[in-house]
Amino acid sequence: MVEFIQNLSRWAVPVFLLFVPLYAMLRGVKVYECFVKGAGEGFAIAVRIIPYLVAMMAAVGIFRQTGMMDLVSDACGSVLQQWGIPPEIIPLAIMRPFSGGGALGIAAELIDAFGPDSFIGRLASTMQGSTDTTFFVLTVYFGSVGVRKYRYSLAVGLLADLTTFFASVYIVNRVFM
Amino acid sequence: MINIVWVVMIVSGIVLAVVQDSPEIVTQATFQAAQAAVKYALMLAGVMSFWLGIMKIAEEAGLVRGLARLLRPFTSFLFPSIPSQHPAMGSILMNLSANILGMGNAATPFGLKAMGELQELNGNKEEASEAMCTFLAINTACLTLMPTMILGIRLSAESAAPAEIVGPTIFATAVGMGIAIVADGIFRKIYRRRL
Repeated sequence: MVEFIQNLSRWAVPVFLLFVPLYAMLRGVKVYECFVKGAGEGFAIAVRIIPYLVAMMAAVGIFRQTGMMDLVSDACGSVLQQWGIPPEIIPLAIMRPFSGGGALGIAAELIDAFGPDSFIGRLASTMQGSTDTTFFVLTVYFGSVGVRKYRYSLAVGLLADLTTFFASVYIVNRVFM
Repeated sequence: MINIVWVVMIVSGIVLAVVQDSPEIVTQATFQAAQAAVKYALMLAGVMSFWLGIMKIAEEAGLVRGLARLLRPFTSFLFPSIPSQHPAMGSILMNLSANILGMGNAATPFGLKAMGELQELNGNKEEASEAMCTFLAINTACLTLMPTMILGIRLSAESAAPAEIVGPTIFATAVGMGIAIVADGIFRKIYRRRL
């Protein structure tokens, strides 16, 4: 099953790229001109999200590099330890909604330091694979169309992140302990 | 809410830097991050252009509409406000499929395209529509069958069984996605009543 899914991921892009232009050609679509027309929009969208990226990444940079994040995770760590959550994992849990690259760095560090097959290594792997960079996605996605009021999006996203975090802890405890 | 989070992150960081008497950390972190943001956007521009080009072909050939029609029962339940033949449906489905397969780089262009199309349907351009909120709830808490990036890291860290976390990941993401859909539904009702 795992192998099947893995192969599906490996082949999805090439097969898609083979199928779409071929099928379109058979339907009489001018594929090359069509591609260029669509691709023209790509740059504009990427440029439009720059201000939102700068705003988010600068704030995260300050928060992280001044050591504020470590302080927060230390504060949470002592509480969560009582529920069987190792304190080493907290920086990852806090970083995850803000920065994909930052979280990946922390996860890689943890896996390197404790070993990929340790409890912390497995938990870090599951958490990293399970949640998304909620803040980042919201600012960039809403930013790209100029929406400023997010309604309840942030609350729902963070609630889901929290759920996924606890679900990861539960299932890794259950499967590997 | 996003305003508060943003200010708290900056202010608390700077306060801590002042306490430590090392203001240069703040300066450095800011400039580094600003540069990294533009670098990221430019990298995204290439991938974006490519996938939007392919998407345009798929759209012209009627494939996007076909996909949307195929999954209509599922999507019309989640997005009652989007007309079933609307191109936004196709982009949303492409984005979710890429997310599920762990292809983050391919997912973002589809997602941004979907947002553009949802914005066309949005009555108030400054405020998120219900469909946007639902889409982002599912997008940020998406079921993941294959966490590609972390598998690569585990492989290079010489794990005895790199893929053993796939099962737990599927479980955790399925729970998260379920909660996201339920929470979105509840918040939507509460929000409607407030208006």
